[in-house]
Amino acid sequence: MRAFALHLGFEFRIGIRNKTLMLMNYLFPLGCYVLFGSLLGQVNPGFLAIIVPAMSVFAIMSGALLGMPDTLVSARNAGIFRSYKINGVPALSLLVIPVLTSMMHALVVALVIAATAPALFGGESPRNWAGFLLVFAAAAFALAGAGALIGVVSANTRMTVLLSQLVFIPSMILGGLMLPVSILPDTLARVSRILPTGYAMDAFAGLAMGQDAVGAWLSLAILLAAGAIAFGLAALLFGWDPKNTTRRAHPAWAVLALIPYAAGLVLYSV
Amino acid sequence: MDAPVIQVREFRKVYRGFVAVDGISFDVHRGEVFGLLGPNGAGKTTTLESLEGLRRPDGGTLRIAGVDPTRAGRRLSALIGVQLQASALPDSFRVGEAMRFFCAYHGIAPRMDLIDRVGLGDRSAAQYHELSGGQQRRLALALAVAHDPAVLILDEPTSGLDVASRAMLHELIRELQAAGTTVLLATHDMAEASELATRVAILLRGAIAATGTPLELTAAGEGLTRVSVRTERDSLGRPGTVFPFVSRSSRLGDYTVYFSTDVGPTVSAVIAYLAVQSDPLVDLRVERPSLEDRFLEITTEGATR
Repeated sequence: MRAFALHLGFEFRIGIRNKTLMLMNYLFPLGCYVLFGSLLGQVNPGFLAIIVPAMSVFAIMSGALLGMPDTLVSARNAGIFRSYKINGVPALSLLVIPVLTSMMHALVVALVIAATAPALFGGESPRNWAGFLLVFAAAAFALAGAGALIGVVSANTRMTVLLSQLVFIPSMILGGLMLPVSILPDTLARVSRILPTGYAMDAFAGLAMGQDAVGAWLSLAILLAAGAIAFGLAALLFGWDPKNTTRRAHPAWAVLALIPYAAGLVLYSV
Repeated sequence: MDAPVIQVREFRKVYRGFVAVDGISFDVHRGEVFGLLGPNGAGKTTTLESLEGLRRPDGGTLRIAGVDPTRAGRRLSALIGVQLQASALPDSFRVGEAMRFFCAYHGIAPRMDLIDRVGLGDRSAAQYHELSGGQQRRLALALAVAHDPAVLILDEPTSGLDVASRAMLHELIRELQAAGTTVLLATHDMAEASELATRVAILLRGAIAATGTPLELTAAGEGLTRVSVRTERDSLGRPGTVFPFVSRSSRLGDYTVYFSTDVGPTVSAVIAYLAVQSDPLVDLRVERPSLEDRFLEITTEGATR
């Protein structure tokens, strides 16, 4: 347990020392927060009602999808995991700790956003802080689980970028971060149901921001299930070494991580 | 004799149809330094990495202190210390942090004394990417021995090290050996193997081509002593000059090189010949057969087979 705590502390500090991680964990989400708050708040005043949850989800995505997977792939391909293995570092620590630190960095950014948005841009604060933290934890778990899975199944950093962007860009556009899903055409609204951000925004609206949202608890459950399945698959498919091709299952099994979102699509269509 | 600490029996490893290691067997006993020699691609690293639990054998059995590396998990990491040929730490890990990190996973107090011992005392706050290649290898060595493992596995440990670091490493290996640590050493450096190893095995194309002490291996070769001679007027270069016990000769720059089975009569005859020719001797060197000569003999024979 002492080793785990020490590892967690080192990994958290690395997330600040490492320039790429610093960029993805802090500078990029905070920079975008200032930019979107200034611009979108003027163009679309409705954005100010969701600026705190939207930019919190953005911060989670930045660290979990754009930062963490690349670090996992680089560490594995550089032989860092091999060094860890021969020194008795458990595989589970190599997945749990990046997921936890990614959530911790995103929480710092989310708290900065929540504390400054009302004063800087006239944004709305969460009405239920316990609900905010609960939904934040669920959304961060779902997205960090997806990030860990992308890192585990990607053979190289190019593949990581491709898979991460496949989740990140549609989530930005269709996930309810900038525009409410309700104004999207039906087909695109359905697409948003296979993205974690749509569920996160629903849950934030209903459980933290005091807005009307159908199925906020269902969305929360879907996020938790998605996080658990993605993380379980990442643990199953984890490899220490790019040269060692022996693996427990084919990387294509990663698509099973979409099951909770597919279930959500069906449930919300009924 | 004690039961072997490292036991390799009919070990075989195949990569997509390519046989990297083909049924090799050897034992290493407590306190031995066992050298694995061989050209690139001979199967040294595959053998070491399988013993470290990083690869799964396709045949045969491997045991370290009776433990199967493929199943032992954390029991294995308590038994072995490893300096990998290709390994790394996160770029922004500090030297002292790395020691605390690995010692915590081994369940022991941090061994900061080892950071000083490998000459990194003044670099303990430096991040991993700020270290030179040699410093990174020294740190890897300190981390490998921090938990006093029963078996130390070193893959090309002196590659990239300067002379002082190399001497420090050799001294550390001798100390560990004296304390009963078993060392498995893969190296390209024949001088290092001669100096440190109690026994060596020469691997060639995944098989053991020769094994024994460095002296036994050297004695088993052609046993030719090299006599290199340079004179002012180069009279030895003339055709027809033949000396006793010389099995072959060659030219190397300004030197005539004789390979002799009995060096005394050969040298006497060369000096007598030069006196008759009134050709003053500039330089004469006698080199006993080395492990490197024997290694080249074996690998050349193997390559032409």
